[in-house]
Amino acid sequence: MNLHLPSAPHTHAPDSVPRIMGLVLLAVAPATLYGLILFGWPALSLLLVTVLTCLLCEAACLSIAGRPVKPFLWDGSALLTGVLLAVSLPPWAPWWIGALGGFFAIVIGKQVFGGVGQNLFNPAMLARVALLVSFPVEMTTWLGPHPLFSSHAPGLFDGLAITFNGIPDVDGVSGATILGHVRTQLGMNHSLSQILPGHFQPGAAVLGWTGGSLGETAEWLALLGGGWLLWRRVITWQIPVAMLTTVALLAGGFHLLNPDRFADPALHLLSGGLMLGAFFFATDPVTSPTTPIGQLVFGAGCGALVYIIRTWGGYPEGVAFAVVLMNAATPLIDHYLRPRIYGRTWGGQSRPVKRPPTRPGESQ
Amino acid sequence: MKLFDFWGGVHPAGQKHLSADQPIRIMPPPARLHIPLQQHTGLPALAVVKVGDSVLKGQLLAQGQGAVSASVHAPTSGVITAIGDFTAPHVSGLPLPTVTLDSDGEDRWLEREPLPDPFALEPEQVAAQIAEAGIVGMGGANFPAALKLNKARQAKVHTLAVNGAECEPYMTCDDRLMRERAAGIVDGVRLMLYALQAPQAVIAIEDNKPEAIASMSAACHGDPQIRVVVVPSRYPAGSAKQLIQLLTGLETPAGGRGTDTGILVHNVGTAYAVHRALRQAHPLISRIVTITGGAVAEPQNLEAPIGALVEDLLAFCGGVTGEVAKLLMGGPMMGQPLPTWQTPMVKGTNGILALTAAEAQLTTPSPCIRCGRCVEVCPMGLMPLEMSKRARCDDLDGALDFGLIDCISCGSCAYACPSHIPLVQYFEYARGVLEARERAEQKSKETRRLLDQRQARLARAEQAKAEAAARRQAEKRQAKAAKAGAAA
Ligand code: SF4
Ligand code: SF4
Repeated sequence: MNLHLPSAPHTHAPDSVPRIMGLVLLAVAPATLYGLILFGWPALSLLLVTVLTCLLCEAACLSIAGRPVKPFLWDGSALLTGVLLAVSLPPWAPWWIGALGGFFAIVIGKQVFGGVGQNLFNPAMLARVALLVSFPVEMTTWLGPHPLFSSHAPGLFDGLAITFNGIPDVDGVSGATILGHVRTQLGMNHSLSQILPGHFQPGAAVLGWTGGSLGETAEWLALLGGGWLLWRRVITWQIPVAMLTTVALLAGGFHLLNPDRFADPALHLLSGGLMLGAFFFATDPVTSPTTPIGQLVFGAGCGALVYIIRTWGGYPEGVAFAVVLMNAATPLIDHYLRPRIYGRTWGGQSRPVKRPPTRPGESQ
Repeated sequence: MKLFDFWGGVHPAGQKHLSADQPIRIMPPPARLHIPLQQHTGLPALAVVKVGDSVLKGQLLAQGQGAVSASVHAPTSGVITAIGDFTAPHVSGLPLPTVTLDSDGEDRWLEREPLPDPFALEPEQVAAQIAEAGIVGMGGANFPAALKLNKARQAKVHTLAVNGAECEPYMTCDDRLMRERAAGIVDGVRLMLYALQAPQAVIAIEDNKPEAIASMSAACHGDPQIRVVVVPSRYPAGSAKQLIQLLTGLETPAGGRGTDTGILVHNVGTAYAVHRALRQAHPLISRIVTITGGAVAEPQNLEAPIGALVEDLLAFCGGVTGEVAKLLMGGPMMGQPLPTWQTPMVKGTNGILALTAAEAQLTTPSPCIRCGRCVEVCPMGLMPLEMSKRARCDDLDGALDFGLIDCISCGSCAYACPSHIPLVQYFEYARGVLEARERAEQKSKETRRLLDQRQARLARAEQAKAEAAARRQAEKRQAKAAKAGAAA
């Protein structure tokens, strides 16, 4: 008889790391597919480039570090990083942006820290920030919808040429995102009531029929995927709810003060990568706090930073910066914001029974 | 009645269907029983029989000694063939003093005197009878029951919470007991209430046991003191701290007792044992155990004699089929893995679980992804990931700072961890090191005390010597002076 003697428990929830990664991949799939359709073949090539780079870098780092390659490669975390990186890039970005991003995310963002579970920053967000700072032109070349198989969309070979050779007529196709447009126009002392009409259509924004990163345009699909993750209990509500509420409250407050200078909450919630960020990037388990209170603080911090950067910072969009900055605060949050222990006060002292004991069921 | 809620918790698959519909079968004593003298918290009982003695069923084998201890009785009639060390039901497999009893096959009872009406006795006397019967907490706590009742009476507890939650997966012994012997349990509850001098009792049963709820409700129908409370099925609802929180919303203070909240928790099995002891002069020599698991041929609930070996119990249930990957005493969440089949069941044994490899889910752990599941499900409000991280690198003070001593080892965290990290194992390890450290500190303190004592003794001796010498000198001088005076 070969009896195993480790201590209890001897049963286990039907859950595992690959399963969690798989569920997140499924949840982000609709938004990703929508982006692929909206931006056509070049977007697909870019996605393949980031995913392959991430997997290759992961395998290379693991074998250099002498760790088992197969179980870690199959846990799905590198694949997920690849997809999440692609959805946060401009859809027609050149191949080397994707490859550099993948390298940066996996090698610098994850393996240098010691691999899965050890990294301080969300790898995809860190890569996006690094790319944006290093290659501002490529990282802000946006274009409107070019849906697959439509008349003005590039075919398969033109698409490959765009990814590997550059966009032939950049000025002809590219334009600013709504957040970028608002920012430049405000800089020229135009008021929002002049800027927005004709540019910001909430309906199109919700549907995702706008320019933007590969997977961030369809807010409703990001919301759908996030809601599904909540329902499957892969993520908890604290971070997304705190983040979105904070942005909405700040935007609402400032908009009331000066509607010509500060955009309303709808514009903030429906543009850029906020939904995707709130449900898929800020909730990355490894780099966010583990306690419910910590998660509330973290989410609120992300939301506040997003609003501050969008409104007063040097970039029109701030989700990646906000998440990365709050990632840095996570160890601190986890150290100080612990749950209250049963039978103890918040300070850790024994907590006396306050009410005089009454019989259960009797009204107090 | 208004229920509150406890924190965290998990919903492991019940697996109770394997044995829940099997009525309790009485297992006749096997040819040989091994009865450990320590089946309880506290000091081991002191043997009052010798090798070669013939004993009758129910006869005292060993007397409890000291403040916290419990007596042990013969589960059947026969001859004592050995008193010595034998494998104890513990993962360490370390032996405990054990009486070996060879059955004579007659199962002859000791002559018993008719019992007085317990309600005509003083509460203390009722508790004394419970102590005499060797009754300990049968939900796994193993604390002597009478002592717990006396302390709770002194603490003026107002409610006895009778624990029939049975939240451990696979286990059905309490369920069957409540279905089949409800009247006995309710009588035992009344006796305990009397010993406690408490006004009321609630019997808490998880909502996945409708038959038990029905039969217990019927048994206490019309008694204004006792009622059945249905609690949600969520592990660990049956843990004393969580049950108290569920019933009252109060928390047992850290380092305090459950009775600080005005509640005393006792298991349904204990209530039944009290009924038997006080009404039928039947000391605690048998109990209901669930023999189950995918590897058991015919999972069942047995009333088995204390001291029966696991292999006897399994053989009575048709033996095992196929490979047993894990053999446990108790349920899968908190049960003890057993090192051998030759381990005796004891008073606190609620079940034997023989798991197949598929059930045991032997997996390799992967790195923590900080998902926070463990924090979410911990009923004590701890951060298991931080505790285990520190325990693993021997940072005991760090683990203590994150609440190691508040952990009740319920296993919810490790159950939920997607990385399959054996969190509880790290906590047990850290506790072991901590205990060793305390023992070492105790020892060095003791050594220091002895050393100080010795030095003090030596110093005293020195001083006495010096004083004696001084005295002699003085006497000499005096004598000299006297002589000189006489000469003058
Ligand atoms: S449940 Fe496991 S993986 Fe998740 S935080 Fe806790 S220890 Fe880490
Ligand atoms: S075993 Fe300890 S740390 Fe884990 S859930 Fe139970 S009480 Fe919490």
